Amino acid sequence: MTAILKRELYAHFSSATAYVVLAVYFFFSGIFFNTYCVSYNTASLAGVFGNMFYIIMFIIPIITMKTFAEEKKQKTDQALLTSPAGLAEIVFGKFLGSFVLYALCCCIFLVYALVIAFFTTPDWAVILCTFLGILLLGASLIAINVFISSLTESMVVAAVVGMGAGLVISMTGYFATIIQVEWISSAIKKISFMDYYQNFTYGILNIVDVVFFLSVTVLFLFFTARVLERRRWS
Amino acid sequence: MVEVKNLTKCYGDIKAVDDISFTVEAGEILGFLGPNGAGKSTTMNMITGYISSTSGTVTIDGSEILENPKETKSKIGYLPEIPPLYVDMTVRKYLEFMYDLKRVKLPKKEHIAEVMRLVRIDDHSERIIKHLSKGYRQRVGFAQALLGNPPVLILDEPTVGLDPKQIIEIRKLIKSLGKKHTIIFSSHVLSEISATCDRILVISEGKIVADAKSGELSGEVYGKQTLSLVIDGSPAAVVSEINKIPDVIRTEKLRDNGDGTAAYSVEYSTGADIRRDVFNAMARIGCPILDMQSGNEKLEDMFLKLTSGSGRNGGKI
Repeated sequence: MTAILKRELYAHFSSATAYVVLAVYFFFSGIFFNTYCVSYNTASLAGVFGNMFYIIMFIIPIITMKTFAEEKKQKTDQALLTSPAGLAEIVFGKFLGSFVLYALCCCIFLVYALVIAFFTTPDWAVILCTFLGILLLGASLIAINVFISSLTESMVVAAVVGMGAGLVISMTGYFATIIQVEWISSAIKKISFMDYYQNFTYGILNIVDVVFFLSVTVLFLFFTARVLERRRWS
Repeated sequence: MVEVKNLTKCYGDIKAVDDISFTVEAGEILGFLGPNGAGKSTTMNMITGYISSTSGTVTIDGSEILENPKETKSKIGYLPEIPPLYVDMTVRKYLEFMYDLKRVKLPKKEHIAEVMRLVRIDDHSERIIKHLSKGYRQRVGFAQALLGNPPVLILDEPTVGLDPKQIIEIRKLIKSLGKKHTIIFSSHVLSEISATCDRILVISEGKIVADAKSGELSGEVYGKQTLSLVIDGSPAAVVSEINKIPDVIRTEKLRDNGDGTAAYSVEYSTGADIRRDVFNAMARIGCPILDMQSGNEKLEDMFLKLTSGSGRNGGKI
């Protein structure tokens, strides 16, 4: 697993991917920080975190699109699948590779928190809680996008479908409000990523929210392993 | 060392590999011969565990690939048809990655250096793979398969796309590796297989159609030997004279070249050597032999005969 993780990080950082992703992420979070915190003179990062959801939605498919699609296209998956490494290890290594890059992106918030700390005492509980939230949200979206990447040979398809999936996910809350049938609406509300994520930005560390994101992550990594397994048997 | 039993792979209704069984002893070099689409790659992918079989078993050194994948896979070095290279890495970085991935226990630096020396890429160890030529990429693929000194090497068309000098080098390498490893390697080029292998399996349309020691193939097992001749002189006299030689089964005039010379094909019984007799006979009747070729291209014919069934035209399976 460490071998695959190392290889993933090498691939990110030896090409432009990692730097472009970091730059875009820093740029937009900077804009939000400026708009919501600096302009309004507030120490609350909630507005910044809330809006980052939309940036994350586009960033993550870019990070993950290569994971399995490119391996399949270049036939390098033959090296992975004929090595003694198990499927779980391969999938988790790939996931971690993307997650580490994403986590690095998120570290910019700690810098903003330090900036705030210069002027006033930030509410560390809220900031750390939100930081955890954004990591968990990212983990679940990465798992979903790794799964999408495993379904195709084309990075472009993986990225576009991933972004589409991200949009649908971000709109689940909205769907829940427009659907009239009571039970469907409440069922959809139960899988609204936004709702779970928002609790973190308020500084509420709720075990339900944590479990939700973790289970989505595990579920989609499991699906990914199934896809690879199925490909062998077809 | 390698035991394949009733291996079958179906894609829908198509049987890509149909009930193949064979065993390879330790230290043996087995050539896997067949036209494109015969099921060579599919079989190799099943042996290495890249894809699963529809039915049948593959046992490497006592452990079964689907039952005990981790242990079995660590005993195999696999060079697929397209070497699985991460082209954005340098040769050394890539080999280090594969070393970690395969969980090799040998001392890392020394082992990688040794493998690079063996396939002669040590001069290029710091180059990025995407800048390497096809021949060097193939060697990197080779190096990757050799990491950890696995007892079994599976090589899928290792010489395709290489220039003649590189082909000879790779063949030499395979020969020398055959002392320490059990090797299965595939090709659709006959001369290559017969030059390198102890034993040949001919596979066509997913079935094994011949299994023989390489020396035996053209001769004892599959028909008669032939001699191709170009002789200057009257065809009637030439044919009747050659037919007088003991061991000759049949003489056939292939074509007139128009300048008084003609090409002949002489079939004679296996084990005999009629070249001197033909020379003497022709000398007697004063017909100079302009060209004489024995043996090997017959292998080519045999190959065509064995593999030209009612054709399922396959691309790569």
